[in-house]
Amino acid sequence: MDLRLFMLQRLTAAVLGPLVLVHLGLILHAVRGGLTAQEILARTQDNAWWMAFYGLFVVAAAVHAGIGVRNVLLEWLRLPRRLGDALGLLFGAALLVLGVRAVVAVGGAWA
Amino acid sequence: MGLRSADRHQAYLAFLGHRISGLALAFFLPLHFLVLGLALEGQARLDGLLAFAAMPAVKAAEWALVVLLALHLGLGLRLLAVEFLAWPGARGARLHWIGRAAGFALSVGLVFLWSILRG
Amino acid sequence: MNEVERTVPATEEGRSLTVRIWRGAQDGEFVSYAVPWRANQTVLDVVTEIQRRIEPALAYRFSCRVGVCGSCAMTVNGKPRWTCRSHVGHVHEDGVLTLEPLRNLPRIKDLVVDMSGFFDKWQQAGGRFSGTATRHDPPAAVDPYSRKRRLADAAIECINCGVCHAACDVVAWKPDYLGPAALNRAWTLVNDERHAGARDTLKRALADGGCCACHTQGGCMAHCPLGLSPTGSIAGLKRLALLEFFKGGR
Repeated sequence: MDLRLFMLQRLTAAVLGPLVLVHLGLILHAVRGGLTAQEILARTQDNAWWMAFYGLFVVAAAVHAGIGVRNVLLEWLRLPRRLGDALGLLFGAALLVLGVRAVVAVGGAWA
Repeated sequence: MGLRSADRHQAYLAFLGHRISGLALAFFLPLHFLVLGLALEGQARLDGLLAFAAMPAVKAAEWALVVLLALHLGLGLRLLAVEFLAWPGARGARLHWIGRAAGFALSVGLVFLWSILRG
Repeated sequence: MNEVERTVPATEEGRSLTVRIWRGAQDGEFVSYAVPWRANQTVLDVVTEIQRRIEPALAYRFSCRVGVCGSCAMTVNGKPRWTCRSHVGHVHEDGVLTLEPLRNLPRIKDLVVDMSGFFDKWQQAGGRFSGTATRHDPPAAVDPYSRKRRLADAAIECINCGVCHAACDVVAWKPDYLGPAALNRAWTLVNDERHAGARDTLKRALADGGCCACHTQGGCMAHCPLGLSPTGSIAGLKRLALLEFFKGGR
């Protein structure tokens, strides 16, 4: 269990590394002149590359954050192991659902 | 009974920075996703929130999160290197990467600030 | 301040040293002692002076007094260290020493902790050497410059003093974590070509509570009196964990 979570944490970290770098670049580029929904959505909607990039980002971040939160719950709040496992999983799952919804909302071709 | 904070060393500070930035990002992510999800309800809703996000205090929090993201990235890269690359020596824990990570985070913060102020 | 104050009659003129010592087991209190300041004395010398001259019932451990045996480790002004190799002049803070037993181990009495859990973890980590040769075989010809032997040599000098175990926050947070000393030991055995149980040792080091629980805080490395790097040893185990993971071992 520990070994699998540890490796999953590091693998998602390796995936997230370049994604975060690009994300930071996009943020620094996008904030110039303020943010408007029109501007954001014009860039993102119906854009398959954008969807793939942020889809992968959301999946990796949900796994990575779920495991990280579990570690904090077990180590700093000293929760019983199973409770920590369950809450970490729940947090990761919630992030996944909210994240996928956000990617669809911003990048989907629905508009 | 714990060791005193004054006795902490660089690598421990790196751990704390990594964990606290990670926690902050984890708390922020659901909000971030919820806000972006507002696009489903139309541009007006999203614009309303973006106006809220343009308020100075909220912008400052946003700045902090960007810096924390860069810090988490930088310290995380060190961790991956320390854990999975061969060490340069028996005690070569790549401590100088910690300063570089902090410097990277600050630079990102400065560029972000410059981007906003420049308009 | 309900601390008791006890003083030794000054044998030298001038300065005195205040030593606050933990008395009791898990429950207890600090008791302050005043002893003469001497130009050259170790923390262990001071503890011995207090026990001989003021407080015969004071319990502490030591043996060699010269940094070989590893039995006199205590918490000195908040840091785990060998008291026999700690010069008072280097570690006092404004003329005060605060002495506690090592962290992360059950306190038995005063400065003495129960080390059995610490040694049990060595066994749990597969720390027992098992050879295949008998006394009738010639000694193994180990190339001292081989990669694995160099890795083992870098970590081999550990004398089980428990300082790294006390310095580690993960040990404090997760009672089932094997800790830096046991994992450092496992790393030397995994790299020892004479060790017949290397697979078993690795399996134990990668199990729950093993190397994957480490957060690379580096407390073990920062505090090791011998300048060893359990952090580096654990990182070595993590690299092996990566290989195992991709081999589909788990």
